[in-house]
Amino acid sequence: MNIRINGKRKKNYIYLKKRDQISMKKSIGIRIIAIIMALIFCALIIIPITHLNPLQIYLEIINGAIGNKRRIWVTIKDILILFIISVGLVPAYKMKFWNIGAEGQILMGGVATAAAMIYYGDYFPNWLLLVIIFIVSSIAGMIWGVIPAIFKAYFNTNETLFTLMMNYIAIQIVAFCVIFWEKPKGSNTVGIINSATKQGWFPPIFNLTYGMNIILVLIITILVFIYLKYTKHGYEIAVVGSSINTAKYININVKKVIIRTMALSGAICGLAGSIIVSGASHTISTATAGGRGFTAIIVAWMSKFHPVAMIFVSGLLIFMEKGSIQIASLYGLNENASDIITGIIIFFLIGCEFFINYEIKLKKD
Amino acid sequence: MKKKILSVGLIFILMVITLAGCGTSTSTSDSSTSDSSETTKSDVADNSSEVSDSSNDFKVGVVYIGDENEGYTEAHMKGIDSMQEALGLSDEQIIEKTNIPENETCYDAIVDLAEQGCDIIFTTSFGHEDYTIQAASEYPDIQFAHATGYQAAASGLDNICNYFTDVYEARYVAGVVAGLKLNEMIADGIITEDECKIGYIGAYPYAEVVSGYTAFFLGVRSVCETATMEVQYTNSWADMTLEKETAEALIADGCVLISQHADTTGGATACEANGVPIVGYNVDMTSVAPNTALTSAANNWGVYYTYAVKTVMEGGKLPADWSEGFAEGAVSITELNENIVPEGTAEKVAEVEEAIKSGELHVFDTSTFTINGSSIEDLMETDENYAKYKEYVFDGYFHESELKSAPSFDLRIDGITELTTD
Repeated sequence: MNIRINGKRKKNYIYLKKRDQISMKKSIGIRIIAIIMALIFCALIIIPITHLNPLQIYLEIINGAIGNKRRIWVTIKDILILFIISVGLVPAYKMKFWNIGAEGQILMGGVATAAAMIYYGDYFPNWLLLVIIFIVSSIAGMIWGVIPAIFKAYFNTNETLFTLMMNYIAIQIVAFCVIFWEKPKGSNTVGIINSATKQGWFPPIFNLTYGMNIILVLIITILVFIYLKYTKHGYEIAVVGSSINTAKYININVKKVIIRTMALSGAICGLAGSIIVSGASHTISTATAGGRGFTAIIVAWMSKFHPVAMIFVSGLLIFMEKGSIQIASLYGLNENASDIITGIIIFFLIGCEFFINYEIKLKKD
Repeated sequence: MKKKILSVGLIFILMVITLAGCGTSTSTSDSSTSDSSETTKSDVADNSSEVSDSSNDFKVGVVYIGDENEGYTEAHMKGIDSMQEALGLSDEQIIEKTNIPENETCYDAIVDLAEQGCDIIFTTSFGHEDYTIQAASEYPDIQFAHATGYQAAASGLDNICNYFTDVYEARYVAGVVAGLKLNEMIADGIITEDECKIGYIGAYPYAEVVSGYTAFFLGVRSVCETATMEVQYTNSWADMTLEKETAEALIADGCVLISQHADTTGGATACEANGVPIVGYNVDMTSVAPNTALTSAANNWGVYYTYAVKTVMEGGKLPADWSEGFAEGAVSITELNENIVPEGTAEKVAEVEEAIKSGELHVFDTSTFTINGSSIEDLMETDENYAKYKEYVFDGYFHESELKSAPSFDLRIDGITELTTD
């Protein structure tokens, strides 16, 4: 067989053609096939290494993620957090501003939340405290997003490096605060904040522990996508993202758009920090963001900023993560084993984009 | 072909749906059966030797901070394994969760163990305590036990307890070994009496570490009077590179012997390269430092695990605080490295261990140390900052790990310098 991509020789039997358009059904179908092939491929690795039945491992992954009510809720909680961070990244990425500083913005939001819980916990009723928390965490995240934006807008610094460096500053600030708040002294842990009074904790709504997380994430998501799709600001972001020269030509103030958009992006990531601290962990440490600021980048790009796709992708990643803990504890495997599985699935999913953009044609002589 | 792939996909989806279905239904039955398992426990209480056969539904859950690649967790895992063997439990009866960090993931992990029907749940890292207490308040029928913590007795819950070991005793004995080595080095003319400086790699500046290095130092000084010590903190429990660098810095600073309260073999690697003797922690370090590792102070967690699981199986009650040492075999030093320890070390070690067991020797004997030149007894009378130690200091020694299982000795004694403090 003589395969050549877009070759000019006459002997070609298989060639690739860029698709003009692909139906929704077909593109989803290709992705499902990719996942299934990834799972088959994983099985080929699992059997020789572990001598375990791969089907059993997959079933345990599913069991670990959604095996009972508790597990389902824990999974949902983590999906929401990863999802809202990727929502926060979308405005920046639409503008082609390579913000890899979500991690730092989350941490700053988290540390502001923890500070509000610790210092104002005794002075305000819970609802007012939560309002304060939302405001301070957004502002903290916003500041962390705006600083690189200003430098980008006025001095054209490289935002990738800048936002990355800001992460390390944020981690050090958190480390400092942890030592400041640690309980007991020297232990390097803050412990659960306000565990007795539950001040600054998200109250259960409709009897759901994470009800407020759901509502908050839903509202922010809807607002962000309305803002991006139907407002003048949203349009400006899209223009700046596709061509800065065009934007200048039609009199868009590019500097202003960059700063404004990063303020929004940072604020949402900061708010995500408050959802993590107030709505889930009730503590702060340098591991509060836990790499989710980076994982969210994969989520945003793999779903091409489509909100529904983002839910699915963050769902898939968290699902695998939860499953991994289960198989690690059950089969005495290291967590790395299921990181391999997750890696393979992501590889196939990204790889299948090729088949969504191109189709393989058979040429009959 | 396409159809085949589609059908495989459909089967997969079906699997997901059915499994999600049965998962939810079992979770509800789990909680309802927890009561019945309680009763079977007390039934088997009498024939304890046959416990394994009749209490197949007894489950043990464990939450680890790391995995088998890290000394501290490895020691706990060994403890659980020896408990399993001693009580004859099957693999299905022990559910272990590794690499659980000190945040809400820990709570989720504990709750997950509870929902899987565990009757006793152990958590092993200091930062797990708050989450353990949170879970304990929600599952009053399950016994929780947290290692290294200090809040159980004051939590107001009767289903949570703290446990630790009197590892300071082992450190004291390891210190004696180190002191004998220093004496040998002085006798051989390698160092002078004034150059007897020990370097200590500490994790965090709080009681657990302070208690450990003080015990080690007092052990050294019981045989080598001119010894001094420098402590450098790493602010991390397990950081291979950092511990290696810290050891190198201490050696460069003139330390002629190294010991550690941190979990990796990083320090031992640096010592082997520089030919400086080291006393390790948790695990035998002769594999990485065959020519320099003297011995290690170690915890034998299995003693508590066996005791605790057996007690709960038989329907008994665990004390809010548990800490034992040489007397119960809960601590030890690892095998002496015969190639490098001075002659007569084994005899001296046996003698000191015996004295500790019999209660004749107290590690924190107040006549053996001073603080800024004064004894702790004087300071308690004259300085109100030291008044709080009255609880612990009486009968001529500091009663470490007796009031609470977690170490509480956090006095900075003369002869030891902390290089970094905040």
